Amino acid sequence: MTLRRLWAVARKETIQLRRDPRSLALAFALPALLLVLFGYAISLDVRNLDLAVLDQSRSEASRRLLSTFTSSGYFRVVAHLEASADVAPTLERGRALLVLTVPPDFEQRLAAGGGAPVQILLDGSDANTATIARNYAQAIVARFQAGGTLRVEPRTRIWYNETLESRNTIVPGLIAVIMSIIAAMLTALTIAREWERGTMEQLAATPVRRTEVVLGKLLPYVGIGILDVVAAVLAGRLVFDVPLRGSVLLLAVLSLLFLVAALSWGLFVSAALKSQLLATQVAMLTTYLPALLLSGFIFSIAAMPLTLRLVTLVVPARYFVAITRGIFLKDVGLAVLWPEVLALLAFAVGAVGLALRSFRKQLA
Amino acid sequence: MSLDARRIAELSRKEFVQLLRDVRTRALIFVAPIIQLLLFGYAVRTDIRDTALYVVDRDRTAATRELVDAFVNTGYFRVVGSSDRSADLVRALDAGHAVTGLEIPPGFTRALEGGQPAAVQLLFDGAQSNTATIAQGYAALIVGAYARVHAPPGAASGGIDLRMRAWFNPTLESRHYNVPGVIALLILLMCLTLTSLAVVREREFGTLDQLMVTPLQPREFLLGKTLPVALIALVDLAVITVLAVVWFGIPFRAPILVLIPASLLFILTGIGMGLLISTLAQTQQEAFMTMFLFLLPSIILSGFFYPITSMPVAFQWLTVLNPVRHFLAVVRASFLRGEGVDGLWSEIAALAVIGTTTMAAALWRLRRGPGTT
Repeated sequence: MTLRRLWAVARKETIQLRRDPRSLALAFALPALLLVLFGYAISLDVRNLDLAVLDQSRSEASRRLLSTFTSSGYFRVVAHLEASADVAPTLERGRALLVLTVPPDFEQRLAAGGGAPVQILLDGSDANTATIARNYAQAIVARFQAGGTLRVEPRTRIWYNETLESRNTIVPGLIAVIMSIIAAMLTALTIAREWERGTMEQLAATPVRRTEVVLGKLLPYVGIGILDVVAAVLAGRLVFDVPLRGSVLLLAVLSLLFLVAALSWGLFVSAALKSQLLATQVAMLTTYLPALLLSGFIFSIAAMPLTLRLVTLVVPARYFVAITRGIFLKDVGLAVLWPEVLALLAFAVGAVGLALRSFRKQLA
Repeated sequence: MSLDARRIAELSRKEFVQLLRDVRTRALIFVAPIIQLLLFGYAVRTDIRDTALYVVDRDRTAATRELVDAFVNTGYFRVVGSSDRSADLVRALDAGHAVTGLEIPPGFTRALEGGQPAAVQLLFDGAQSNTATIAQGYAALIVGAYARVHAPPGAASGGIDLRMRAWFNPTLESRHYNVPGVIALLILLMCLTLTSLAVVREREFGTLDQLMVTPLQPREFLLGKTLPVALIALVDLAVITVLAVVWFGIPFRAPILVLIPASLLFILTGIGMGLLISTLAQTQQEAFMTMFLFLLPSIILSGFFYPITSMPVAFQWLTVLNPVRHFLAVVRASFLRGEGVDGLWSEIAALAVIGTTTMAAALWRLRRGPGTT
């Protein structure tokens, strides 16, 4: 392996990238788009859930119950219903997530101390929000019953992300997703393209070795990946105010490790399949989708069944999501993250090895 | 000029042969969606179960054990470790071994029995904000119920009989809500990947010029490219829908009359988007990346992961342009809601408008000569 030949391959790849300015622009536009969408558009907003009220009691007690709901900050009253016939349409049309019905005799039965019935109907079709709403509603009613203070006071504290801002969880994880996309989009096509266009024969006729081709092809994309990661981290820190509490150096080194693993996997897919159509599909299935759905980025791994938890063990993004969250939010270092780091290292070595093995310069 | 059915059929046949002759492509088209549905169907749970709880019990009495049992008995929590030092709890949260921590201070039982206010400390790993939010709600409930049981006799019991019912999804099973999203995502992916390379591939191979010198018209070309993919997507959709109902037990309540036109229009839109991308791009690489440019916002702004109602208003308006949003609304309603499908015609109309527009745009690009700027 000579550095000169490796450099020549890298240069050729870079020139080819530059000649396709639209693809190159997309390599930077897509991560930016993802950041904007995930950073601004989505949040699991559990404040101000839409509540409709049918207050048939119209008493001091029912007003007190209602104000317990609104002063909690979790609910806002969007409609006061007049008749019980209005309840069903309100839920069906999605005008409110919950309907609270207080019966006419609420105050009397409450004073008599015997089971004053209160009904809450909620729209379960968004199970996620509905579960949260249900729990809050139950806790609020319990608090009301206890006359404002519970006998056992739960003192709740949220660590690492005190305000439970979804953005703080999403942005660090997003870095893993962005890198998976770069791998799927860029490297997965690079060798398949040479096969389809017939330039592989030309490459085969040169004295360049396969290590040089693989590493040379990897280099420019690692460059793009680094720029994307730096941009994502800066945007997370400066635009979205995500705290970066841990070591920046550790984050940089581990990002590079993940990048090499992801990009080498892309090269392997490309070299093994030799068809751009197939390579795009397989790359998507093996990098982007698992990074999005099986990495713990959005859906918690702990809630998955055992078989699927075992499957996630071979998803490199899973380890990287844990690493970025650990460094960004928890300020933990190698002392805690070493199992994840070892796993990433194994993936990187394995992926580079596969890329080298599958890459046959010899023509079939 | 009228369309020639024979020419369309010929092109469709060629496309079919090209798509299905490779065993690897066949596997991708027909086997991959099934595997993905099974994998992702299990993954997309947002409700919690067996959340890792670390207990620091510094009181160690029958009453504190009862509190810990109350957490475990709900099924929402699972004790992963216990200790009598707070430092161990910190370590468990740092390492991610626990998501929730419960710390019971010394003197808790004495305060409880003596009628004094007792307090417990609850810690949550906010780095997993979804889980933490839900776990927090459950924990508050469990402590509340415990407090009521241990209230001294004669204390204000209030006595509200809260009756709570969830409509449309009584068990609040998040999978019922999310699996339809996975179905929409997989079908869109299939349509986009199969078509976004369709035209640009012929260009790169030089076979587009050969097609251009045949009497084939742009409209026939478009239809010939569309039909095979539409057929494949329909087969896939049918297979994974049946699988979702049979395997995951997702209730299916809607008249099929609503789902079929919505599915056809959604597939048409996906193919239109793919073909449009294909006529815009100059290389397969560019087409693939442009596809992502369409795909990412379509998924994120569809309401799949996060409810549209909690997005900023500007983004809520943007989602109106998103075919996935409309299809998802129809699919979710068909699976969960059943009644009230009348309101879905507007979603279907929106799909029709978006579908025809993208197809028309693809046709227009094709007439101008694909790949030109």
